[in-house]
Amino acid sequence: MSLLKSQRGASKITFKSIILALVLFIFTVQAQAAETIKVGILHSLSGTMAISETSLKDVALMAIEEINAKGGVLGKKLEPVVVDPASNWPLFAEKARELIEKQKVAVTFGCWTSVSRKSVLPVFEELNGLLFYPVQYEGEESSYNVFYTGAAPNQQAIPAVEYLMSEDGGGAKRFVLLGTDYVYPRTTNKILNYFLKSKGINKKDIMEAYTPFGHSDYQTIVADIKKFAAGKPTAVISTINGDSNVPFYKELANQGLKAEDIPVVAFSVGEEELRGIDTKPLVGHLAAWNYFMSIENSENKAFIKKWNAYVNKKKLPGGSKRVTNDPMEATYIGIKMWAQAAEQAGTTNVDAVRQAIGGQTVKSPSGFEITMDAKNHHLHKPVVIGEIQEDGQFEVVWKTKGPIRAEAWSPFIPDSAKKVADWTYPWVCGNCKKGKF
Amino acid sequence: MEGFCCCNKKSFYSFKPRLLSLNLKISGNSKLIFALVVFLTMGFFLISTVEANEFENTLKDLGNKSRSKIKLAVKALGNMGNPAAIPVMEALKEKRLRISDNDSLIILNEAKDKGYDALTGQPVELGSLNLRKPRINNAVRRLLSTAIGKLKLFSDDPEIRLSAARDLLKRSSNNLVELIEKALKKETEDEIRNLFLLVLAKEGLNSDDKSKRLQSIKTITTLGNNDFKTILEEVLEKNEEDEFLEKDSEIRDAASNAIAKIEKRQFVKNQAANLFYGLSLGSILLLAALGLAITFGLMGVINMAHGEMLMLGAYLTFVVQNLFKEYLPGYFELYLIAAIPVSFLGSALVGIILERGIIRHLYGRPLETLLATWGISLILIQTIRLVFGAQNVEVANPSYLSGGVEVMNGIVFPYSRIAIIIFVVGVVISIWMLLQKTSLGLQVRAVTQNREMASCMGISTYKVDMYTFGLGSGVAGLGGLALSQIGNVGPELGQLYIVDSFMVVVLGGVGNIAGTVAGALSLGIFNKFLEPVAGAVLGKIIVLVLIIVVIQKRPQGLFSLKGRMVDN
Repeated sequence: MSLLKSQRGASKITFKSIILALVLFIFTVQAQAAETIKVGILHSLSGTMAISETSLKDVALMAIEEINAKGGVLGKKLEPVVVDPASNWPLFAEKARELIEKQKVAVTFGCWTSVSRKSVLPVFEELNGLLFYPVQYEGEESSYNVFYTGAAPNQQAIPAVEYLMSEDGGGAKRFVLLGTDYVYPRTTNKILNYFLKSKGINKKDIMEAYTPFGHSDYQTIVADIKKFAAGKPTAVISTINGDSNVPFYKELANQGLKAEDIPVVAFSVGEEELRGIDTKPLVGHLAAWNYFMSIENSENKAFIKKWNAYVNKKKLPGGSKRVTNDPMEATYIGIKMWAQAAEQAGTTNVDAVRQAIGGQTVKSPSGFEITMDAKNHHLHKPVVIGEIQEDGQFEVVWKTKGPIRAEAWSPFIPDSAKKVADWTYPWVCGNCKKGKF
Repeated sequence: MEGFCCCNKKSFYSFKPRLLSLNLKISGNSKLIFALVVFLTMGFFLISTVEANEFENTLKDLGNKSRSKIKLAVKALGNMGNPAAIPVMEALKEKRLRISDNDSLIILNEAKDKGYDALTGQPVELGSLNLRKPRINNAVRRLLSTAIGKLKLFSDDPEIRLSAARDLLKRSSNNLVELIEKALKKETEDEIRNLFLLVLAKEGLNSDDKSKRLQSIKTITTLGNNDFKTILEEVLEKNEEDEFLEKDSEIRDAASNAIAKIEKRQFVKNQAANLFYGLSLGSILLLAALGLAITFGLMGVINMAHGEMLMLGAYLTFVVQNLFKEYLPGYFELYLIAAIPVSFLGSALVGIILERGIIRHLYGRPLETLLATWGISLILIQTIRLVFGAQNVEVANPSYLSGGVEVMNGIVFPYSRIAIIIFVVGVVISIWMLLQKTSLGLQVRAVTQNREMASCMGISTYKVDMYTFGLGSGVAGLGGLALSQIGNVGPELGQLYIVDSFMVVVLGGVGNIAGTVAGALSLGIFNKFLEPVAGAVLGKIIVLVLIIVVIQKRPQGLFSLKGRMVDN
């Protein structure tokens, strides 16, 4: 009994000291806050999305360190505030609120899945925050408070399908639209359905199939694809979510469907996803992005060098095996662009910076001068299609001549064809047919 | 091809690079040729040189920097009919072809550590060379397959001819007709002849001649498989004004008749394929659930950490694989066999530690067990994340488990899935033997049926509990090993299977291994017969609804031991 008591006493003391430490910590943080600009980083560091999002947090910290080394923004150092929404969509909204209201961050970089973005969107709009979203997505969205540095469908999906229809891509006449059952694949495939229709592809030449999250048995689907593909050149457009890709590709290889016969182009398989996959069965299959680690230019070389140095310095898990990928590049561009805009605006005030971001350009690792579109808050990006190699990298087989302007609202969907995304002052219109003042 | 003289027809097609190299050495060396020209008949060798030079130059174009040049070269080589091009083209297709600084082609071996010159056949020292990879894409690969197929069509080996014919059938085009007709005349093997006939029929469908079209449909009716259904359906297509594109009703009737025949012929095959897919899915569910059938089914422990035992087994497989890669690269292919005892014992050990450390204190308190084991599962996931990283890890299939066997025309059974079915049969039999034929099994059954009575009989129940939990965990480890061969290996592997595992055990009947087997297989087969009709998402929902119905009607599960159990 006495032992118990003394233990309790001890725990009280530690509890007090922890509170004391916390209070001290908060004070020091607030003391620091006067001289720094807080930047929010809202990526899942645990849960299912940790696989993809951890790298984005790392690259964001690297970019911030780089900016700080050059003297920061407006003479002040950037101070990253990293929070972990733990792959939990409602928690994303809570953490976003915490970042803006409590931490008073000037800007937030974050989110990966569309559902997490949709969950934080009302928070950013309500509190007038600023979010940079770095991942390719399904479009059909435009917000005054969000800048999209990933690809819209016309910067990824549409060019990829056009490539598949070209002679080089195999002259596909039939398409399998295969995806995991959630908002991104459904919306993308809706756009693609309309697009293929506009290209004269018959409805019966399109097969659409969805699988639940975490689906791992692709026997029937692959057998169906095989039957469907007989007779006409066929291509598979895969919006399968991360983890299900491996069983899918393995099944393809095991049932003898080769990339040369039925190429699969994936929109969410990148270098990071290929890490830890036996890529031998995948060789020859395609992915469409705006950036590949294998792209050769001085900008990219420098980017990879910085990343490797950062990984080594911070001893990040994975070490020399760490790669760069498209969303990482998009995060990097976003941070640089925000810093430039803040310098130009002379303040970190959200409204001022927002006006300044439009038209900013950054020399990006993709090898092009990338511009932020003032009207629709999306980047002009080049499109590259790469073939998966045995070493888990991509070899570029096709690319656009230059950056393409994003279409936030797809012109192929009748409902959204007439919608305007135009945020140039004094317009305010992201989801309407006519601009309002 | 007459000018390419030095070889007679027979040796011409026997794929010896030597012959070619000899020939090219002669032609490459102009001095020698000059001497020969003086001594021998002039015209004869001039032609040979020109031809050989053309061949050599085209071959060299395979390493061209421009992809369109490569394409032209591939097409030309396919038409030249010189089989000496085959190894070079195959190397290009498999990315084993390299180009040195002086533009000579070098073919690498599979391991890419040795190479030889494509023209001379001489081995080359790789270390000293600066090698460039030719850039190819799927379009080039398609052309390569056609060209290689064309060249192999006249090989002496029927196996090679068969695979060539299969390849060409996939990519048939009008300009193949002449070549195929030529090959058909020579062909003696029925199987290959049929494939040739199908290629001709496929092209014949586009002919202007009505009788030829009818003949083609007839051939397809007798020989065609599922793959021809779409082609025949095209015959029946209508245009926008609802008129048939095919004006002749006789041909349309023949085509729809052919489709019906093919469907009839394929029906049994499709059902057999569905059955296999179902068995395969069922065997995976069974492997995932077997461990749980022991820990939950026999012991009554609601073991939420079961999925993590699967995950541990998969990670142990990964570790064994890496050890083999590091220390026994020569025996790498055998790592999977070595991983069987390791994953079993490793997971069993962790299971025993858990049982001794935590779970035994919670016997008879299902809610606390549920919470505690759930906590354990989170701890295990995070531990693995800290040790191996959040990323999936790479577990490669050994070559004997890659690919598959084509059992019926167009239906492939992958080796990895066949192996898993065999493996699960082995595991089930071993468990059954262990439980039925050994004294440990007897004790386990005694303890699960009546703990107090067994204890009174002198059975050390805590030891039995420990072994049983260890066995369940070990079997889950084996499940993890199998799962590593068909899917991802990551920290969250177990989470994917935990719900399915409970579903199987509860459906089959708790406390009964045979019930688990029946539950898993019926779930798998039912799922696979449902999926083609309802789709994967709806299929899963229907299965869940049906399970609810079954559990409501039979709360004890599909199979249950009646009356003997003493419920406490």
